Amino acid sequence: MNSQLNDDNAAVLVQDLTVAYKEKPVLWDIDLKIPKGVLLAIVGPNGAGKTTLLRSIMGLLKPAAGSVHIFGQSIKQQKHNIGYMPQRGNVDWDFPTNALDVVMMGRYGRLGWFKRPGKHEKKLALEALDRVGMANFADRQLNQLSGGQQQRVFLARALIQDAEIYFMDEPFVGVDAVTEKTIIQLLKELRNQSKTVVVVHHDLQTLTDYFDWVALLNVRQIASGPISDVLTDENLKLTYGGRSAFLTHNQSPQTEL
Amino acid sequence: MTEIISLNYTLIVVMIGAFILGITSGILSSFAVLRQQSLLGDVISHAALPGIAFAFLFFMTKHSLGLMIGAIISGWLGTFLVAMIVRYTTLTRDAAFGIVLSVFFGLGIVVLSYIQKLPSSEKAGLDSFLFGSASTILLSDIITMAIFASIIFIVIILFWKEFKLLSFDRHFMSSMGFPTERLDLMLTWLLVIGIVIGLQMVGVVLMSAMMIAPAAAARQWTSRLGVLVILAGFFGLISGGIGTLFSSYIPHLSTGPMIVISISVIMVFSLFFAPHRGVLWHWYKQREYQASIRANTMLVNMLLFSESATDPYHCHQLSALAAIGRGPAIKAMKELSNKGFVHNPKEDLWGLTPAGFNQAKRLQQSLDHDS
Repeated sequence: MNSQLNDDNAAVLVQDLTVAYKEKPVLWDIDLKIPKGVLLAIVGPNGAGKTTLLRSIMGLLKPAAGSVHIFGQSIKQQKHNIGYMPQRGNVDWDFPTNALDVVMMGRYGRLGWFKRPGKHEKKLALEALDRVGMANFADRQLNQLSGGQQQRVFLARALIQDAEIYFMDEPFVGVDAVTEKTIIQLLKELRNQSKTVVVVHHDLQTLTDYFDWVALLNVRQIASGPISDVLTDENLKLTYGGRSAFLTHNQSPQTEL
Repeated sequence: MTEIISLNYTLIVVMIGAFILGITSGILSSFAVLRQQSLLGDVISHAALPGIAFAFLFFMTKHSLGLMIGAIISGWLGTFLVAMIVRYTTLTRDAAFGIVLSVFFGLGIVVLSYIQKLPSSEKAGLDSFLFGSASTILLSDIITMAIFASIIFIVIILFWKEFKLLSFDRHFMSSMGFPTERLDLMLTWLLVIGIVIGLQMVGVVLMSAMMIAPAAAARQWTSRLGVLVILAGFFGLISGGIGTLFSSYIPHLSTGPMIVISISVIMVFSLFFAPHRGVLWHWYKQREYQASIRANTMLVNMLLFSESATDPYHCHQLSALAAIGRGPAIKAMKELSNKGFVHNPKEDLWGLTPAGFNQAKRLQQSLDHDS
């Protein structure tokens, strides 16, 4: 792993990033370097700005100040190297289409304007559905998918983007244990293919099992780096404030690993 | 003789206009409804009224192109104001809709009533934009409508994939580098144009129905976007046809409201009778489901009863079985008997058949497994 970091080989380089809604800062002066090929969790309490950070890195939100570079270039230049899995709750799952069609949307960026998805895209989408264990659900209407299945469809759509860096917003929320295993296995596979994976996560119990890097966030950035370095009692206290006693108590045996 | 021909000619012109109106609003309503912007159509059509009135004052003519351009500008201005209110004030979207709709509509009415007092002979029929008046439609109006409609069709076909993704998941689309805001704007422009070409026929008050009903009806019958859009267009088209025919054969019925009533009938029928999504379908499925729960409970209860006796097929009195079950026992029994799971050797004596025994075992296992 690439723990010796300089700005050139960073997958993501965030400098002095401040984001505000109306006048309230949601992110304050974030400096974050994410090296290539890590599986990183963005962790913090509710309202810490985790999703906002993810969206700002991808250029979906205009920051009040600061800059973001992906593989040393602007987001626009790297748009085909970015894969994204948004929160499932953001879309209307009663939309009139099927699972296969949604997965194929992952190719729209590479297809560009006007071109319609064809045989090639369909083949890729079926392969991706197979990887997430949904091969038999290609023709299934969206409103007939369970929460876990919806999440798998979104993951398949991100996979088909064939990106170098993936951003995933709470992929484990509201899914069953089997789906959670499937998802984390695929994320680790991506990491092993030296892709970079950035995940908004909120379950401290699974943190050390699932991820190798972590960024602790609570409006300000508390710390980031390899889990073993960063996940200290003191940092958790800084991140979670008064509620940290409970968390550190549960977490301390794992941090010593 | 000439009267009949001219009547038919008028009818044909109105009919073509109604077809164009129906198809365009059907197609556009699909996107409006899927993007949860059904009420935007209401805002745009009301906001178009002052544009029509001012355009008349400016050109002093009822020529449709000038009035349409006025309507498009003020209709678009209305949506722009909604966006500004949402962005820069603490008001919510529905409040912004309400404000823009009533202010623009009120302004339109004021200017219209001013125009009524003018000595111009052209002014007659301008108030038909309120409720629509198909009889004032001329061939030149039809041509203008057709040109605008073609633009809408072409843009939607060209940007089909983009509009689909925009309607489903704009954040994802944006992450791939598509300019979602500009696409949003484009779709809103199409909506404005589509509404404006229908105003002369249906009027500002009823036009919003055309931006909701065709898609709401079509959604009941299909779960594919392509089919939905075509079906909505088709529903719009036939309601245009039916509305025109009714109002031409029955005196004193206006075309616009008849078109709206036709599409509403199609929508209500679809809401009730469509398979899978219809109200009746749900009701029937619910009953079927409850009946099957009752029957399964009965089957498992009979198994429990039988296990105490040495013979699993031992028959029991219905009243004894009803005591531990819920609901009308005889109904559940008859259903089970139809499936061959129970038999009824003597009056009031019921017992499991071998098939029923196996079924009950299976149910029991699945219940144990779940708990």
